[in-house]
Amino acid sequence: MSAAVLVSQRADAWRVLRTVGRWVRRNPITAAGFAIILALIFIALLAPLVAPYGADELDPSNVLAAPSSSHLFGTGNFGEDIFSRVLYGARYDLLIGFGAVAIGLVIGCAIGAFAGFVGGAVDEIWMRIMDMLSAFPGFILAMGIAGALGPSLRNLIVAISLVNVPIYARLMRGSFLVVKRSQYATAAVGVGAPPLRILRWHLLPNTWTPIFVQATLQFGYAILDAAGLSFIGLGVRLPTPEWGVMVSLGIERIVSGEWWVSFFPGLAIAVAVMGFNLVGDGLRDLIDPRRR
Amino acid sequence: MTFYAARRLVLLVPVLLGVTLVTFALTRVIPGNPIDQLISPLASPAERTQLIHEHGLDQPFYVQYVDYVRDLLHGDLGTSFTTSQPVLHDLTSRFAATFELTLYAMLVALIVGIPLGIAAAVRQGRLVDHVSRILAVSGIALPVFWLSLTLLYVFFLRLHWLPAPYGRIDPSLETPRHITGLYTIDSLFTGDWAAFRSSAEALILPVGVLAFGVMAPIARITRSGMLEALESDYVRAARSLGLPDRTVVLRHAFRNAALPLITMIAVVYGYLLGGVVLVEQIFAWPGLGRYVFNAITSSDYPSVQGFILYATTIYVLLFLVVDLLYLAIDPRIRHARAGG
Amino acid sequence: MTEPILEVRGLRTAFSSHDGPVPVLDGVDFQVADGEILGLVGESGSGKTITALSVLQLLPAAAQVTGGEILFRGENLLELDRKQMNRVRGADISMIFQNPRGSLNPLYRVEKTLEQVLWTHRRLRGGAARTVAIELLADVGLPDPRSVLRRYPHELSGGMCQRVMIAYALASNPRLLIADEPTTALDVTVQLQIIELLGRLRREHGLTLVLITHNLSVVAELCDRVGVMYLGRIVEQGPVLDIFDAPRHPYTVGLLGSRPTVHVEGDELRAIPGQVPDLRNRPSGCVFHPRCPLVRPVCSERAPARETVAEGHDVECHFWRKVAGLVETGRVA
Repeated sequence: MSAAVLVSQRADAWRVLRTVGRWVRRNPITAAGFAIILALIFIALLAPLVAPYGADELDPSNVLAAPSSSHLFGTGNFGEDIFSRVLYGARYDLLIGFGAVAIGLVIGCAIGAFAGFVGGAVDEIWMRIMDMLSAFPGFILAMGIAGALGPSLRNLIVAISLVNVPIYARLMRGSFLVVKRSQYATAAVGVGAPPLRILRWHLLPNTWTPIFVQATLQFGYAILDAAGLSFIGLGVRLPTPEWGVMVSLGIERIVSGEWWVSFFPGLAIAVAVMGFNLVGDGLRDLIDPRRR
Repeated sequence: MTFYAARRLVLLVPVLLGVTLVTFALTRVIPGNPIDQLISPLASPAERTQLIHEHGLDQPFYVQYVDYVRDLLHGDLGTSFTTSQPVLHDLTSRFAATFELTLYAMLVALIVGIPLGIAAAVRQGRLVDHVSRILAVSGIALPVFWLSLTLLYVFFLRLHWLPAPYGRIDPSLETPRHITGLYTIDSLFTGDWAAFRSSAEALILPVGVLAFGVMAPIARITRSGMLEALESDYVRAARSLGLPDRTVVLRHAFRNAALPLITMIAVVYGYLLGGVVLVEQIFAWPGLGRYVFNAITSSDYPSVQGFILYATTIYVLLFLVVDLLYLAIDPRIRHARAGG
Repeated sequence: MTEPILEVRGLRTAFSSHDGPVPVLDGVDFQVADGEILGLVGESGSGKTITALSVLQLLPAAAQVTGGEILFRGENLLELDRKQMNRVRGADISMIFQNPRGSLNPLYRVEKTLEQVLWTHRRLRGGAARTVAIELLADVGLPDPRSVLRRYPHELSGGMCQRVMIAYALASNPRLLIADEPTTALDVTVQLQIIELLGRLRREHGLTLVLITHNLSVVAELCDRVGVMYLGRIVEQGPVLDIFDAPRHPYTVGLLGSRPTVHVEGDELRAIPGQVPDLRNRPSGCVFHPRCPLVRPVCSERAPARETVAEGHDVECHFWRKVAGLVETGRVA
């Protein structure tokens, strides 16, 4: 590789860095959200390296110890190290958020696209089904589904993702209808372009922005709902180091004064949700500056 | 107007049928068979078949559904495994406790959230706006159950400012005579100051926690509605007429911003109904939420189902109220409906 | 000329943006004498509306007056605080807008806002307010004013909405009315009616009027004097007859003659080619030079000074004498 190429690459890198720097200065809050998300991802990936103890490592001689230098966040009912479990918890909660969003997004978009594209009675039926699902308060429907399926990590993800399906379906269907009515698409059909290609070129780019914003926001809410469901025993079970379960272990401990058992896992939830929320908000601002 | 209201009521029927379809579907996907919940593991295969037949579980799906809806129409939500009472009775007898909690939470959220949203819009980009955004983001992000535990630790255990999480009223006191079912109101009616004080104190934390969570969307929707209204031509025209700022902001702009706000209030009540499931357990609040929590932990599925249906019906009816309020506020809708 | 009721001197208004302030008005000067009608003309984007909103301090949040003076009866409005300014609005100076229906609160009956205005400025309420309200609506030519009071904006036609807005604006007997394209959104026949109404109100009430429009026939019919705006400056102003018969700015010529092309000694004066430039890239020198058919090197180097062509007729053009020659010899429009 010649020196000139290296120099130009370095110049490019600098330019990118400068652009990023300017963006961060202008959107410090959104940037903070991004930083939180990135940090969580690193923690999730590197948990075994970073955590001082294993997630299931118990120290029965040191039960319910207050935060100290050897146990940063203290220890729990069974002598588990809460700091390590909070770090490992990032794996589960991010997985839940990602799984719930991904499944909800795929199913919702498929339904919305299908209904919007086919139209007529099919559209009507699917949209009425979506209406039925959104007639429920979200958390309560998730509770019902999780309860029916039984408590497990997989069912928890399924329950939360199903609740969000109508959101994506509506967004997707809406933009399908817009494009379908636009003259652009009519003309393209007239010229004989195959329907799928029309979709790919004329439709999808406009659709993804609002869906992506929703997905980011829902990622945070999914973590929150998952924690809530685990808290009432409808989600992940012990000994999985999921943050909601960990908070629920602290209910009785609060009254006896061991606040750290539930405090730190709950804080982790709050920080994670905040990260996704700030980013989602920032992205929405880019689209519609009025709302925030 | 009455005609429109009647029509909306009729339209409610398919929605509620849809809701029952979903809840029915949920009862049928329980892993294994609902019959396993009812029968002793030692029962013989014959007894088992007998029980399945008695419960109509060998019938085709649609027959089972029709039976289910017919039972619902008779107010039969099944019998709770844990209390051995009809589920509907269990729920209605616990409604007042939850209603008191959610009503105050909603009022607090509105009283704080609306002025905050208005201030944030009027002083966009200034300190109030930033404070409101920070409050909004934390209101959304802090899990209610965690906030409950943390505040309980601080205000009860450390500071002793607030009472122990004993439920609605100090157990050593007599509950006020039932008038409205809301202890704070009933104790006022009966002039029982001790009961009033105790029940009000018991409300502070759970109401505060729930209100903090729902205040965020209230403030945000108020802000965005106000921003839109403040930039509108009619607000500029109102200003050009020299009307006082108060009149312009509160009468002209806010009235228009109130329309999306009303919808948000209904949506947010749905959050509250979910939130009580988490919060009531922590505060030993004898309402719907605690009932479901216990039902879940003891696999009392009829109760859980009943609660879902009950809460959703409240939620759906609330949206009917929203529609009627729109009608009362917005003359454009009123006339469009009257004409069409 | 009698004492001006409104005098705007060197008014500058800018929008804030990520890349710093973007000037929209760059030194606007004009005067309105008591009882006269001043027309402000120019293409969209020339800053007419922003000028009006600056006078009443109704600018959108992103815009700010950055310099100049706005003297109303000798008092600088820019030095008033919010409360004092609120007393000027509606009571001394009123405004009507482009979008008549949008100017009325959709959730209020006509009477509601009228009651508020009458209470704010005249402390009238109840039966007294109602009597005045009915008189006002009748005065702006609304048939059956009693029933109009009870109507919502969506039940009124666009022309009726504008009449209602005029009634609001006149409710407290202001000295000056600023009308920002009051007829643009209306049907042609309704436009005429509104113009006639404004003319009558001026005759009957001695109203002073600043009329913003891009409709030159309205200007010819109604106005005493005209200011021609281009890119945030008034490039020419004078009595309406002077401007129409003896324009001295190439832009005015173009505006008047959005008509056939005229060939003159190789120079071509025609309906203004091109578009109003982006505000972020204000042209150097004379702001009109990129589109001017008579452009010379000096035009991009130096802004032209304001020169007086005749009594009360000013122009900002290096070559106004040349324009005069072209116009006088009848080789233009």
